[in-house]
Amino acid sequence: MADQIQLRVNGKTVSVTAGTVVAAAVAQAGQTRFRRSVQGEARGPLCGMGICMECRVTINGQAHGRSCQTLCQEAMEVRTDE
Amino acid sequence: MSQSFDIIIVGAGIVGAACAAECAAAGLKTLVLDRGIVGGGTTAAGMGHIVAMDDSEAQFALTEYSRRLWLQLRDQLSADVEYELCGTLWVAADDAEMAEARRKEKYYTERKARVEILDGHGLRRAEPNLRPGLAGGLRVLDDSVVYPPCAARFLMDKALRHGAEFRAGAAVRALLPDGGVEMADGSRIGAGRSVNATGPWSPELMPGLPVRKRKGHLVITDRYPGFVHHQIVELGYLKSAHSVSKDSVAFNIQPRQTGQMLIGSSRQFDAEGAEVDHEILSRMLARAMEYLPSLGKLSATRVWTGHRAATPDKLPLIGPSLAHNRIWLASGHEGLGITTSLGTGRLLADLVLGRNTEIPAQPYAPARFADGSVANG
Amino acid sequence: MNETRLRFEVVVVGAGPAGLAAACAAAENGCRTALVDDTPWLGGQIWRGQQAHPANPKAARWVERFRRAKASLLDQCTVLGPADRRTLLAEHPDGPRQIEWERLILAAGARELFLPFPGWTLPGNFGPGGLQSLAKHGWPVAGKRIVLAGSGPLLLAVGGGLRKMGASIVSINEQAPLSRLISFATGLLAWPAKLAQAARLKWTLRGTPFRCGVWPVGAEGGEQLRAVTLSDGRRQWMEACDLLACGFGLVPNVELPLALGCQLDDEFVRVDPWQASSVAGVYAAGELTGIGGADAALVEGEIAGLAASGKEEAARRLMARRAAWRRFGADLGAAFALREEVARLAAAETVVCRCEDVRFDRMKSFAGWRDAKLQTRCGMGSCQGRVCGAAARVLFGWGMESVRPPVLPARVESLCADFLTDQSPVRK
Repeated sequence: MADQIQLRVNGKTVSVTAGTVVAAAVAQAGQTRFRRSVQGEARGPLCGMGICMECRVTINGQAHGRSCQTLCQEAMEVRTDE
Repeated sequence: MSQSFDIIIVGAGIVGAACAAECAAAGLKTLVLDRGIVGGGTTAAGMGHIVAMDDSEAQFALTEYSRRLWLQLRDQLSADVEYELCGTLWVAADDAEMAEARRKEKYYTERKARVEILDGHGLRRAEPNLRPGLAGGLRVLDDSVVYPPCAARFLMDKALRHGAEFRAGAAVRALLPDGGVEMADGSRIGAGRSVNATGPWSPELMPGLPVRKRKGHLVITDRYPGFVHHQIVELGYLKSAHSVSKDSVAFNIQPRQTGQMLIGSSRQFDAEGAEVDHEILSRMLARAMEYLPSLGKLSATRVWTGHRAATPDKLPLIGPSLAHNRIWLASGHEGLGITTSLGTGRLLADLVLGRNTEIPAQPYAPARFADGSVANG
Repeated sequence: MNETRLRFEVVVVGAGPAGLAAACAAAENGCRTALVDDTPWLGGQIWRGQQAHPANPKAARWVERFRRAKASLLDQCTVLGPADRRTLLAEHPDGPRQIEWERLILAAGARELFLPFPGWTLPGNFGPGGLQSLAKHGWPVAGKRIVLAGSGPLLLAVGGGLRKMGASIVSINEQAPLSRLISFATGLLAWPAKLAQAARLKWTLRGTPFRCGVWPVGAEGGEQLRAVTLSDGRRQWMEACDLLACGFGLVPNVELPLALGCQLDDEFVRVDPWQASSVAGVYAAGELTGIGGADAALVEGEIAGLAASGKEEAARRLMARRAAWRRFGADLGAAFALREEVARLAAAETVVCRCEDVRFDRMKSFAGWRDAKLQTRCGMGSCQGRVCGAAARVLFGWGMESVRPPVLPARVESLCADFLTDQSPVRK
């Protein structure tokens, strides 16, 4: 496994160490808002353990991925706010 | 026992609530009793599809009449009812089903219901996520979707505004020949007439009533706005829904205003429990994925089951029971209770008050089962 | 792991301390055993990250013991619920899985209890355990100003851990009064290891204000947390920060046990002396059966693993140790019991259900959980009421009801696994 992984968060390339979760990569990219709630409020991760669903992002085109439970992989495409 | 109400409606599902709204609006002193909460039984488990159906003339008459009443009510509905005029898209997989679509087109058009035939390309344009190669379909324009628990609550609130009374957590033990009811605690409430609107549980109050529980499964997804635009149903659904004996599944998907989707449908007799049957669920979802291949990757958040109140002729029971003219029925709506709740409420109030009904009420009269094959009341 | 249908004698769900101990005990006693976990990591929430960077010697020992025990590890495998009486339906990134078991040990652990207060939905609010987990997996905390609040021993532990990672801990605020903590601390004299642990933490956190009888009443910021308002019941003050880690203790993850039909006592899974639940062949261990911490979880897990392997005598020998740790857990629970004020922090317009944005005053207008759910959809969003359901229990006294499958959101295709394996082509 490579020590550094490159992925894209909202089109911006981020380099993270292996073992980093997608939520952390999003934070490292400077993005604090992960999604808009049903009434449009800004939301970000809360529980950090895969149960609250506040950290959902689109991963490789698939909406509603739990970013706190997903490890970063090379060339992953992550989009927030979807 | 003094008579304190004109009418007691037992069951606060959407049918009971619609009956209460009509009776109270007509000036009847109305009481609604439910052992649970408003819309907590079959109503909560249902899809909420307002649909004109043509299994029989009587079914079409009641569903089309009810659909019109929903359209009239549309502007008064609260936002949480989530009324959405999305239409129904009946999908034809092959030429044989396309012939069925054309038969349906003729039937609906002759009865002045708005429909349009789509060819394969038209179908793809209307619903790009459907798999390629389908023959076409029929779009029924005035069909719609509501969120059933809030629709039931809306109708109950309307009844309350017209002076009706509602008691939650009030279990009824018996419907009395004099029109009153006996509660589980033994107390009695007097009335001129009672109505059994307890859906699949109706036989508990009327042993021998020809109503059977028909179990269904539903799945709801996370929010994917625009994945589908219509309530989409396979034409093969007719075979499935109309077979009265076997377990069956059919592709039926509904877009909610929230962007969520409800995926159905299944039908099982003799399955009383609420547990999820994984074999039926698997078949149901596999069927849906045949039509919408990319559905498989979407996130499903919840699966649940419910029971429909099925009658032998697939028509509801509306009017006086056979045994007692003070004990009435508003039950047996199978999978169409959300649609036909409004028509049922109006017919029932018209019959109680001796008014003319807008459509003939005879096909739904419980008396049609008076041939001795089934006991009643 | 590409087989879709797997069979084991003993299946353990949850790879935290209880699950690790159970899997070791079962596998060491000759049972064909699988340990199933939602995450790619061993150790559960409390020992998360131990696999890659062992920091806790006890955790490292158990991970090593698990490796030697030759049990199968099914990681990144989310259990969705029972497919039938002896089979679990699960989801792996590569596809659905069906896991058959003869004995099943549930060790699904606990989640944090979140109680709504104005601003608690702003990005920058975390559970303490949640922030710790995220930080171990790359969430940037170095140089960040962090306030910890809520309740429980986790606050100190997390504060210490975050500080080691370079965070600036602004303050640690425990809602329980000092008097109760002092009597608990006195009790700790009987637990030298715990006392040493506390002393080490105290050293790590030197210079950081640790307050008792203080709780958060609001979080400020537009789209991102900027400050938190705290109260001691007499006055309120604001502290600027970048992150707030606030949790009010732990809630057991009883969704899977409920889906399997296990009976509960209050909110915990009911077990007998062998950790057996009310369902034949199903055991439960760890926080599912009572909040007691990692040491209680280890001994319970080991007892369950031994009992599931038919080693009653060996299991019996561990029961005295379990009793001691359970007493410790009970003392802990009493010391950190929630004060009434924290159940009344939500304002009328505060969102309680984050998935569906249902606000406090709307929820309050209903008589019970089911009525509120059906009418407002609270608890029916993606998290299925895991956050707001636990809060509603504290806020309104509403009880839990039965769970709907799947236990966690799943791909639609994962729910038709039987069909995919039993009958070949799905597509026409």
